[in-house]
Amino acid sequence: MSEWSILAETVLLGALSGGVMALIALSFVLVYKGTGAVNFAVGEVMMLGAYLYYAGVVSFDLPPWLAFVGSLVVIMAVSALVERLVLRPLAGQSVVAMLMATIGLASIIHGGVEAVAGGDTYSPPGLLPRTPMTIGDILIPGAVLGNFAIAALLILGFLAFFRWSRAGVALRATASDPVTAATLGIHIHRAQQLTWALSGLVGTVAGVLIASSVGLSPLLAGTALAVLAAIVLGGLDSVAGAIVASLIVGIVEALAAGYLGGKTREVVPYIVVLVVLVVRPYGIFGTRAIERL
Amino acid sequence: MRTAVFHQSFRDDERLLDSRTQRAWMAAFLAALFTMPFWGSDYLLAMACIVGIHLVATLGLNVTTGSAGLISLAHAAFMGVGCYTVAWLARHGWPFWLTLPTAGALAALLGVVVGLPSLRVKGLYLAIATLAGHFVLSFVFREWDSVTGGVPGTTIPRASLFGFELRGDRRNFFLIFGCVVLLALAARNLARTHHGRAFVAVRDRDFSAEILGVNLLRTKLAAFAVGAFYAGVAGGLLGYFYGSITPEYFALTLAVFYLAAIIVGGLGSVLGSVLGAVFMTFVPEALRLLAHAGSQWLPGLAGLLLPMGQVVFGLLIIGFLIFEPHGLAAVWARVRRTFHLWPFKT
Repeated sequence: MSEWSILAETVLLGALSGGVMALIALSFVLVYKGTGAVNFAVGEVMMLGAYLYYAGVVSFDLPPWLAFVGSLVVIMAVSALVERLVLRPLAGQSVVAMLMATIGLASIIHGGVEAVAGGDTYSPPGLLPRTPMTIGDILIPGAVLGNFAIAALLILGFLAFFRWSRAGVALRATASDPVTAATLGIHIHRAQQLTWALSGLVGTVAGVLIASSVGLSPLLAGTALAVLAAIVLGGLDSVAGAIVASLIVGIVEALAAGYLGGKTREVVPYIVVLVVLVVRPYGIFGTRAIERL
Repeated sequence: MRTAVFHQSFRDDERLLDSRTQRAWMAAFLAALFTMPFWGSDYLLAMACIVGIHLVATLGLNVTTGSAGLISLAHAAFMGVGCYTVAWLARHGWPFWLTLPTAGALAALLGVVVGLPSLRVKGLYLAIATLAGHFVLSFVFREWDSVTGGVPGTTIPRASLFGFELRGDRRNFFLIFGCVVLLALAARNLARTHHGRAFVAVRDRDFSAEILGVNLLRTKLAAFAVGAFYAGVAGGLLGYFYGSITPEYFALTLAVFYLAAIIVGGLGSVLGSVLGAVFMTFVPEALRLLAHAGSQWLPGLAGLLLPMGQVVFGLLIIGFLIFEPHGLAAVWARVRRTFHLWPFKT
């Protein structure tokens, strides 16, 4: 295999894994745009969803798709409940307080899952066929391709939902100006609750996809933190930016792993974050409204 | 009820302990503390040392996050920097009264580097930047084998004073609590200087602070540097106390532990740091005792200890944020006021 096709394969695989990262990024961006809080528990919610899926398939003997739908429903309910019990009482408090609350939430979910399921790695059954695809001499594993397809479909679905559906428009209105939205008759509490539920839904899909291709363990939650890099790069409040940046970070990660050694993969996203924050803190697509002091 | 406290000069009014009662209580407390190695049990001493180390780190985070309002998730990593600096210098024969300040200084330097984004971003973005700093530093801890010993970890030679080796908890106690008293006093005094007040001004409204003549750039970086200095010293003490260390110790959970400590204790006060550090150190201990007692009926309960600790930390953070945002320090103030005015109601 020539130098160039190795490069092409690395870039392609990176971009495909960036697709799933874009789902996680969407989960962050939804909550940030909708409620103004960065949800540090996205990784844990994602992990919880994947564990529920696994429990559904293995412990309750459900068919995979039913377990998947079941975990989505449960996570949406849990997310809505979290919004009601934790975030709403803190509404109007400083950003730092909300941030710390989500860190606390992450700690609770992480500990809870570990207490129930232990620290072992499980391999849940995949939702998708695992037939690999070849383009020239580039081989793409089926799971990677399938994950990317699902992620892409879901993201397109979300974009359409926000663009055209009534509920989507209500959510966007709440995000851009809660007070005016409330005046116009939008139930903003319900809108924020829906935002959380949707964020949980996207996160769970990402969690199940990742878990079925690389295995399920409490470490899964750490994946989401690396995605923060992509979000900062794209701009915290831009859905399009989050998606593009996820693809970029996926490619950069794959290139770093391929050419600088596998271990650098874990730090490269964070170095990107530090550089971006110093040079261009509002990201590529974000609003330039960050206060500079 | 406290009476007959009249100050006739500003000097008197500004004293840290402004009445004879306060001075007497503080003297009694310090006497009890520093004689503890002679009357305390081994268990009590070991716990006291751990509380002392956590307390130094908590004091630091309470300057950065509590007073200056700059959230830092890199605190555990700064402790790691301090710990490995001490390990490396001590292997090269440096005495502790040089290694500890150096560890603090190096951590402070890195604190400034990690804090650099705070000049351009705040709140959420700053949290993400410090998170990135944490992961980059812990990567260095794992990979820089010649200094940190990599994943298997490294050992730290015992501290010694005039050829007298500080071996065991009883002797380390004096080292640790010497630092604790010194640094707590420093933190308390910092809070009433120009610089300490500048931190609070920046936290409360940075626009106004700048208009009042506070140099934001210098103040924010100073807040990071001070916090990281404390963390570095705490890390160094930790190294001397345990004698060997692995990178796993400085995980993100430790940073969350300290965040929990300042929230539970009370943001922006030395008393809050003390209460928070003591409380948070004893929470896992209490859980351990409970699990120990419960394991007769439920075997396997002991294995759930670590995850349950995480759950409890999370619940404490959220609970205090929602129901008692000023932490145990506010509870303490309330209790004190009630007793001062007893039998009258406040």
